[in-house]
Order: sequence, then structure tokens, then C-alpha cells
Amino acid sequence: MSGNSNNSIRTENLSRIYKIRSGKKKDPKQLVALQDVNLEICRGELFGLLGPNGAGKTTLIKVLTTLLAPSTGHAWVAGHDVIKESEKVRTRINMVSGGESSGYGLLTVRENLWMFAQFYGIPSKIANQRIKNLLEIVGLSDRMNSKSSDLSTGLRQKMNIVRGFLTDPEVLFLDEPTLGLDVGASLEVRNFVREWVNADRQRTLLLTTHYMVEADELCDRVAIINRGRVLACDTPANLKHQLQHESIFHLQVSPFNGKTSSEKVRGIPGVIKVTHLPQDGYESVELILADESVLGTVINTFTAADVQIRNLEKSAPSLEDVFVKLVGQSMAEVESGEE
Amino acid sequence: MSAQIGITDIVSQHVDKVSGWKLFVQTVIARAYPRVIGQQREKSWMFFDVVLPLLGVCSYVFVYRAIGAPEDYIGFVVVGGAMIAFWMNVLWSMSSQLYWEKEQGNLALFILAPGPMMAILLGMALGGLVATTLRALAIMVLGTWFFNVQYSVASFPHLFAVFFLTMVALYGMGMMLASLFLLLSREAWHLSNLATEPVFLVSGFYFPIKSLNFWVAAAASLLPLTLGMDAMRQLVFASGPSLGFISVPLEIIILVGLSVVFLVGARALLSHMEKLAIREGRLTENRR
Repeated sequence: MSGNSNNSIRTENLSRIYKIRSGKKKDPKQLVALQDVNLEICRGELFGLLGPNGAGKTTLIKVLTTLLAPSTGHAWVAGHDVIKESEKVRTRINMVSGGESSGYGLLTVRENLWMFAQFYGIPSKIANQRIKNLLEIVGLSDRMNSKSSDLSTGLRQKMNIVRGFLTDPEVLFLDEPTLGLDVGASLEVRNFVREWVNADRQRTLLLTTHYMVEADELCDRVAIINRGRVLACDTPANLKHQLQHESIFHLQVSPFNGKTSSEKVRGIPGVIKVTHLPQDGYESVELILADESVLGTVINTFTAADVQIRNLEKSAPSLEDVFVKLVGQSMAEVESGEE
Repeated sequence: MSAQIGITDIVSQHVDKVSGWKLFVQTVIARAYPRVIGQQREKSWMFFDVVLPLLGVCSYVFVYRAIGAPEDYIGFVVVGGAMIAFWMNVLWSMSSQLYWEKEQGNLALFILAPGPMMAILLGMALGGLVATTLRALAIMVLGTWFFNVQYSVASFPHLFAVFFLTMVALYGMGMMLASLFLLLSREAWHLSNLATEPVFLVSGFYFPIKSLNFWVAAAASLLPLTLGMDAMRQLVFASGPSLGFISVPLEIIILVGLSVVFLVGARALLSHMEKLAIREGRLTENRR
């Protein structure tokens, strides 16, 4: 493998450009999904890729799982080149995506899992024992003989998670594993994932998410990705540490003459970033200020414009704030396509 | 998510995995399993796949009886009715299977797994073949019983060889079409529609293909069922040889050739499809 032998995943100037053909135009449009991505993920790490929908997270996972060739650059997983040695990579990895509906509805949970275990070369006896144990751990053993089409979204995702762990992968890729799950089920999945990595520090887990709390709670290190570029990569604590000199406030304010009130405070000296989100007739505003003294000017500006402040609180920096600082917009704003 | 068995116990278990031909066989059996077991759990096939084809058989039997055709023609129709089950399975289930796997999100997981894609495709074919053989047998038994068909088998080993080769060639063609239909995506539906009725005609499901123009019959012989059915009719009916298109040994040789061509073609197209999927990143995308 190129690079440090302790690396479980490594990418070098990885780029992926999609050609999109539309209508009768001869020249296809180009969509840059990944651009010059350089990452080194150590063995035993629980690594998070954090970014809004369309940031390039799934594309990166597809490249690393040998499902997609990069346009330029290189990637290695478990010591092997994902293109030249894809067969060796495939014996060492597995992947689970959030909201996937893989398998066959006519088969039971146990049969679906057994089928996938066979594709990985696990003998039936061992596969059946592991299925039984894993289903017990995730609390699904009483549904082992239910048809998978009869499972709820949450239970189905638990089955998918078991499919990922069943094959004893060296590197596991989880693409938005808690997508569409309720709070309780998400928490259970997170606990299980954390336990799995802690139980054997030789295994690596790469997780993509657009839930900040998930990345913050779970991951040893996080890469923040937007528009195909990795903007920052560090531990959640170090990323948040970047904002220790700034003050972060969350406000709820009334709209201003039908327009967004947050526009009023953009441009005030000392206001570093402003993001806003409509919320039940009010506007939720997040401000990153150079220091607390700027808050007075902000409040005066709102008051002068007859904007009612409903709530104001100071917050500790979160990964969301780090994202706002790096991108200039909140993740919700990026996803809604606001400029 | 906790019980007496801890995650540590599971993670610390090192799993010995098989590879090579053992992995190939395991993959074939595992992918055949849903097809075979699905039939046990979805009983509606008995009506749609046995009763409905029998209605088609009935209409031809009544026409032949009304015009006073030789009695062996009734047997020809029953054999044809049973063999249609295989054609419909190959055309509508086998050929479109990879497309459906893509839509369901399974295709990416198949490509990602160490089990060879050729084994996955072979498993689909084997599962379809086993499930369809039951349907074909049901049609054959019921048709024989209803219309009192008399058989006069010339050689069981030859009959078995012809049936086996026909199935290898036919499902080899199905495996090839599976990759082709995936590459063509939705247009494949039109191809399936287009291929249904004309194939019924030129393959001679309900009449001896000798009745067709020689060149039309020769062109139709590219479909394994055409020669397979012709050879089987020659081997199981007293008047079969006189109504046969070409000699059975020659048909066996051609079926061997078709089996090789379709299986090699299936492997080549599958490899092309996989490379294209990885290069362009579109074929493994399901529409969510």
C-alpha cells in the first residue's frame, strides 16, 4: 500500500466528475462530485464524513467501496488499490446505506442475511450462528422468521446494519445509517456502532452523515465536506476549538416587513456569520460574533427596525457552527439551495 | 441493543471464509434460493403460470381437432405449452432481473460482494429453471391428462440430453439478455413485448416449424427453444421424425454451439456491464 501501513483508508488527490447528458445538446455538462480529496484514516478509527445532501459523501463511499472509478487520483482501502485490486478490497469491506431496501421481501430476515453471508463465503453453520447472535444484540431475534417485507423502516434498517457486521469486515462503510429512523432507533444504532469499533481497534468504520450531533457524538475524527471538497478534517473537539474566540448566539426574531430580519444585521462590524431559518412565523437566527460586545449593536439594530426578539441564548460552539464558519451558510441553507 | 451475547464476543470471533470454486458454488445456491423458495410462498403462480397457459393450449387443441389434424399435433401443442413457461421465465423474469436488482438496490451489493457476478447470474438462472420446471411439468401432466396425449419415446438419453442442452442454451441466452436489458434500461420492456408474440410464432410452440419457410425456420433456430422443441417432438411422438425440421443429432450439435456462444456472451456482457457501471457510476444507481 502506498503510505503509512497504519492507514486503513487513504485517498490522494481524488476527484470524480460526472458527465450529465441533457436533451439534444452534444456537449454533456460536468458535475464535480469530488475534488482533490486527500484523506488518511487510521486503523481502528471511527471516521465521519459530514456534509449536506449532494456534498459528495456518497460518491466518496462509492469510490472507496469499488463501485465507482475516480476521474483522477488514487484510493487505497485495507492496503489495496480500489481500482487495480478491487477483488482484494471487496473481501475486506462491507457497506450499509440508510433507507436501503435490499434483499427480497418474500424471504425472512434470517434468510436474507444468510443469502448475503453466502456471497461473502461464510459457511452456512457459522453464518446462521452469527445471524442469531447479531439479531439478539440488535433486539431483532423475535422477528428472525418474519418476512422482511413485514418489517417497519426502523427494524429493516437494523437488519441492514446486521448485514454489514455479519461478514466480519475490516473496514465498514455506513452511508447515512440513521436516515429515516426515529430518535430511539437512531440512538440504538449509534450505540451499536460505537461498541463495535471499541471492541476491536483493528476495525475501521467510515460513516457519512448530515446529522451534526451524530458526527459529534460518534466519531473520533470528522471531515467536513461541501461541493466535493474537504474543508476541514480533525477531531470534533479540535474543530469546535477553532471557534473558541468567537461568540455564538441563537435568536428567535419576528420577520421584518415580510422579509428576513437577519438581513438587517449582516454587514455590522464584528458580525462574522449570520444564518437564518424560518420557524413557525418567526425566524431562527444564528450569529457568530467576533466578541460579545457586538451583540449590543445587533440588538439595537433589530429594535430600531421594530423587529421583536422572542428569544436569545448564548451557545457553546457546535459542529454546525464550524460548518457555518467554513461554508458561510448553515447545512439547511446549503440543502435548500440558498446563496 | 444489548443482550447476554456482547458485541465484543461477536467481534472477537474470526470468521473463516471460503473462496475460489467453493465461494462460486455457495453464491450460486444462495442466489437461486429466493427463486425456489419464493414459489413456495407465492401460490398465485399455480393460476397465472399453469391455468392461463393451459387455456392457450386448449384453444389450439380444439382448432386442430375441428380441422381433423393428426392426433400427434395435440401432443405437439401440449409440449409447446409447457416449453412456453421457460420462454416466459427467461424473457420476463431472467432478462429483466438485473434491472430490478438495480432498482431495488441489490445490484450494488452484488457487485460489492466477493462472490463473482457470474455466479449471481447463474444462481438466478438455476433458481428460475428449477421453479419453472415445476410449472412446465404441471402444464405437461394436466395437458396430457385432459387431452389423452400418447407418447412414444424413441430414446430417453437423447431426450434428456436435448432438454438439458436446450435449457443451458436458453438460460445462457437469458443471462446474456440480463446484462443487455440492464444496459438498455427501460427500452428493454419494449424489446420483451416485441419478442413475445413473434417468438411464439417462429419457434413453433403450437405447430411443427417444418411448416414454416426453411430460411425463416433456420433464422428462428438461433432461439434454443426452436430446435430444442423440434428435437424433443421428434423423440417423443411416433410421427415426430416425419415432421422434424432437421435431424436430431444435428440439432444437438447446434444446441451445444448455442450454449457455448450464449454462455461466453453472457460472461463478456456481464464484464462489460460491470466495467461500465464502475466507470460511469449510473448503472448501480436506483431511483429513490
